[in-house]
Amino acid sequence: MFVRLSIAVAALSLLSSAALAQGAKLTDPQIAHIAYTAGVIDINAAKQADSKASNKEIKAFAKDMERDHEAVNKQALDLVKKLKVTPEDNDTSKALSKQATDKLAELAKLKGADYDKAYIANEVAYHKAVNSALETQLIPSASNPELKGLLQTGLKIFQGHQQHAEHVAASLK
Amino acid sequence: MRLGHHLAMFVLLTPGAMAVPAHAATIQIVMENLVVSPAEASAKVGDTIEWVNKDILAHTATAKNGDFDVAIAPKTTVTSVLQKAGTVEYYCRYHPNMKAVLTIAP
Ligand SMILES: [Cu+2]
Repeated sequence: MFVRLSIAVAALSLLSSAALAQGAKLTDPQIAHIAYTAGVIDINAAKQADSKASNKEIKAFAKDMERDHEAVNKQALDLVKKLKVTPEDNDTSKALSKQATDKLAELAKLKGADYDKAYIANEVAYHKAVNSALETQLIPSASNPELKGLLQTGLKIFQGHQQHAEHVAASLK
Repeated sequence: MRLGHHLAMFVLLTPGAMAVPAHAATIQIVMENLVVSPAEASAKVGDTIEWVNKDILAHTATAKNGDFDVAIAPKTTVTSVLQKAGTVEYYCRYHPNMKAVLTIAP
């Protein structure tokens, strides 16, 4: 548990430092890319959980994540198309993807209840990290009001997911 | 017995008697951008709640005390008739930060 927690904390600081490295000068195309990438990461984690999880609450949670993040990302794509913004890859997106790939590989080695606990602990930590990045970096940096609005709704959704994940994590103990 | 029963039904349905249990109302509760409004609503047993989900996400109205659990798919409206009196706190199972209260009079 301690090991997992420290991994989660490392993920969180990686995200904030990557976001900070960009300064407050993130552009809308970069912000759109980061937000979209953050969604894809959680969808991939959910897909892994769908095949690996043993607890049915965990499986249901993973399905909820897949459904919600896909819906939000679809809306994000519709918005960038409408705004004629092309999402632009950047260091934050790259750091997030790298971190997520490592995490998936690490989770892939676990089985049964160990996997379930590690997955849900990471979901709590991941949503926390994304929410903090949204609040302190992405939302304040967004200049288009519609993009800002989408991020603000995204923040409420992901805060909901964080609480949901916390409930599920607590029910496993 | 049967006749008496029907008679009682008839009496209950006459306009005079109808006035006693005030006619059931329909109350709209809207979920939009993960906000439930009104956050505090009042209703009576027999009233219909029209749950309107304007979001692209599925939500639920889940009573903490187990009195109801309504699933509302994205961009849909679901109706349910209130069966039990009480002050019911409810939330969304998928987004537990969505919370509201429904006060149901007998
Ligand atoms: Cu919800």
